[in-house]
Amino acid sequence: MAQKLVVIGAGMASGRVLEHLFEDAPGMYDVTLFNGEARGNYNRIMLSPVLSGEKTYEEIVTHDDPWYATHNVVCRFGEQITGIDRDRKVVISASGETPYDKLLIATGSAPFIIPVQGKELPGVITYRDLDDTNAMIAASAKPGAKAVVIGGGLLGLEAAAGMKARGMEVTVIHLMGHLMERQLDPAAGYLLEKDLERRGIKVHCKGSTAAILGDGKVEAVLLEDNTTYPADLVVMAVGIRPETRLATDAHLEIGRGIVVNDQMVTSDPDILAVGECVEHKGQLFGLVAPLYDQAKVVAKTLQAEPSAFQPVQTATKLKVTGVDLYSAGDFAEGEGREEIVYRDASAGIYKRLVIKDDKIIGAVMYGDTVDGPWFFQKIKSGEDISEGRETLIFGPNFAGGAASDPFSAVAALPDDAEICGCNGISKGMIVKAIQNGAKSLADVQAVTKASTSCGTCLGLTTQLTALTLGDDFVLPGVAGMCKCTDHTHDDVRRLIRAKSLKSIPAIMQELEWKTSGGCHSCRPALNYYLVCEWPGEYIDHAQSRFINERVHANIQKDGTYSVVPRMWGGLTSPTELRAIADVADKFNIPTVKVTGGQRIDLLGVKKDDLPAVWADLNDAGMVSGHAYAKGLRTVKTCVGTDWCRFGTQDSTGLGVRIEKAMWGAWTPHKVKMAVSGCPRNCAEATCKDVGVICVDSGFEIGVGGAAGMDLKKIETIAKVETEDEALDIIIAFVQLYREGAQYLHRPYKWIAKVGLDHVIAKVVDDKENRAALVERFNYSQTFYQVDPWAERVRGLDAHEFAPLMDLTQVAAE
Amino acid sequence: MSMFLEIGRIEDIPRQAARLVKTDMGCIAIFRTFDDKIFALDDKCPHKGGPISNGIQHGDMVTCPLHNWVFDLNTGQAQGADSGVIRTYPVEVREGVILIARSSLDQAVAAE
Repeated sequence: MAQKLVVIGAGMASGRVLEHLFEDAPGMYDVTLFNGEARGNYNRIMLSPVLSGEKTYEEIVTHDDPWYATHNVVCRFGEQITGIDRDRKVVISASGETPYDKLLIATGSAPFIIPVQGKELPGVITYRDLDDTNAMIAASAKPGAKAVVIGGGLLGLEAAAGMKARGMEVTVIHLMGHLMERQLDPAAGYLLEKDLERRGIKVHCKGSTAAILGDGKVEAVLLEDNTTYPADLVVMAVGIRPETRLATDAHLEIGRGIVVNDQMVTSDPDILAVGECVEHKGQLFGLVAPLYDQAKVVAKTLQAEPSAFQPVQTATKLKVTGVDLYSAGDFAEGEGREEIVYRDASAGIYKRLVIKDDKIIGAVMYGDTVDGPWFFQKIKSGEDISEGRETLIFGPNFAGGAASDPFSAVAALPDDAEICGCNGISKGMIVKAIQNGAKSLADVQAVTKASTSCGTCLGLTTQLTALTLGDDFVLPGVAGMCKCTDHTHDDVRRLIRAKSLKSIPAIMQELEWKTSGGCHSCRPALNYYLVCEWPGEYIDHAQSRFINERVHANIQKDGTYSVVPRMWGGLTSPTELRAIADVADKFNIPTVKVTGGQRIDLLGVKKDDLPAVWADLNDAGMVSGHAYAKGLRTVKTCVGTDWCRFGTQDSTGLGVRIEKAMWGAWTPHKVKMAVSGCPRNCAEATCKDVGVICVDSGFEIGVGGAAGMDLKKIETIAKVETEDEALDIIIAFVQLYREGAQYLHRPYKWIAKVGLDHVIAKVVDDKENRAALVERFNYSQTFYQVDPWAERVRGLDAHEFAPLMDLTQVAAE
Repeated sequence: MSMFLEIGRIEDIPRQAARLVKTDMGCIAIFRTFDDKIFALDDKCPHKGGPISNGIQHGDMVTCPLHNWVFDLNTGQAQGADSGVIRTYPVEVREGVILIARSSLDQAVAAE
């Protein structure tokens, strides 16, 4: 007969215990699972992506109701255990007593609440479970909502980044001198702080919380140094302590946590404990990897098989999108310790190895962490690194000099190198899984669970799978353009060229699209790639364009449209302004607004009226401003030498020249430019896709700025003496971007992928290539530099603007 | 009086496009798919009222232009994680002429 196993707490550790148990010994135990939270097991370390909106709760559920049902687990979710009677071997809850043969305590940890005044105010929360996450998401709904996170450790920063991504104003208060002091040294902590501040998160280090202020609900946080931060929500993430109350009441041996031996058994032989609530040889555990190791041991012990828990070193990564950070081992300074440090301040890269007795004992990496597992491996193996020490910091690729091959780093790893820290999966285990028949990334994930917890090793796992499978490897669907194909954007572009594919149906046929007609995500991308690749040959497919590019106006929330006529370099005239005023009157246009790109927006135009509005604007000499297009938007200028006493060049004139040369061109995403007449930069050129700063001696051309979701300064690619050369370089840059970038990637994203050096080499250094790019752009312009408004005034695409039938009169009779 | 009302010819609507029939009770979007099927639905997304006639069509689906909700033109049912339904109207094509049932139009009026 099956024995009775009662589990208190449905978390990641106990969930893993049950998985092992049901796999190794199905039917051995009848399991009853209690959980204080009114839900089953989900992947807690993925709460951060849920908070930032990158994942949904459903996506992080690890055990759903059918799983529990399949394994006959009696689920008592939302029911608190109030006591354990060890003599009678029963647990006590609100609905009575439940007997056990074996009891597993997995009560996890409780967040530490700092004992300050106001800590009980509504709006003060911790960050442990889905309810906390939902509270943060709910708070972010209020426009301009402010959050203060107390604690700049792993959890606090993930909460801060998530709430920032939700649009909140976030301040992090941290007691220590630098962020994440348990994982990072001061230099890396500083880089992290700067990175977070660039993302708009305010960081206050050495900040000690004095009180939380508020009347009936939280309103502000007061620090000891008398700084006050207003807050609609306060998240306390200062640390955790093992949840031991039940074990204490049951008189089990308690230290800081519930004391267990190597077999994970407590001082009562029939009671085991696992997870963040345990203390093993004086050590507590907060990261998931050792908990999973414990779970394996618990499952073995429950089957009366020998097994012993041995804590291993763990490495840490921060799950904040766009922040690359890796730390492992011991990196404090000390007697007999040496270090190797690599810094590249402009690229934001910092790597530091701590060495003792010719062995690496610690590694901290920021900005570029690909080699992290390689170093971690050397820490664990205790390998002598005196040979090759000079080049050690450059990682495994240095000797081969083939860093461009993404697989070489993975190929260089030894078999016992750790790939997935969360699940303790080494390279050898993945290779073995493939030798045993795993045929895809999904198979490898199913068998080994590698990359399925925090997900930061997905790239490595994918590369290793690809490397091991060789030609049999098929990139998984997630990496494809969309659900319709497994091909990536880059592959599709290459194949369009290589196979001379000249229509959307041809692409879908040849590249084996999985859906019959694509979707709203891939069709606009394909249409753009064809427009770019085959100017003059490809017939634009209007129905694969988003509505704005089909009707040459911007759809608004109420289904009306906005109309923006072009104003070259921001210049206009009384005649144009009169025409705009007349149009606004004639068509009852409710809102007239000046845009950030130095032109005028007419908002609230009815779709049926668009051609007539355009006709009047055309009559006054105005054309479409393409304010709706993935194409050249505006070239913003200042008045330069025409009027300004500081102007060094004719910035207005150059802006007009650029705009006249480039309007009408389709690009992967919108392109905004500016020309400033002097370094005072009144045209704000330094945050544009292309920005020119005029100086006495000529023109500085910068690219890759951004002032949207990301904020980025342009990087200078050239300084030239003449307007002609400036124009050529700008055109060549845009053409290189048009030909190379993925659809919906702004230039800065594309540059991050191909590297600024590539851009400079192709556009600036190689003059022949520059000329060829300019020629291809200009050829394309002969087909696309046509005013779409005038074409439609003449009757093109009339079906877009007129109803099929108007029954309003009929119905009225 | 015929039970059906002629509202246009199939070639009046390009493939994968949609056009409107305006009524006093709002607009009905008439869709023509890539394989020449015709569908009629209220031109109003249940989410935020977006004009679905302006969306991108793919297969028998249309994606609302405002927030990318996807609807099955056969049933008007929202796809994926979104839930909502758009009213559909019976339509027929006879010898290239698109016909809509008068009764359903009357219902559209009566329903208000």
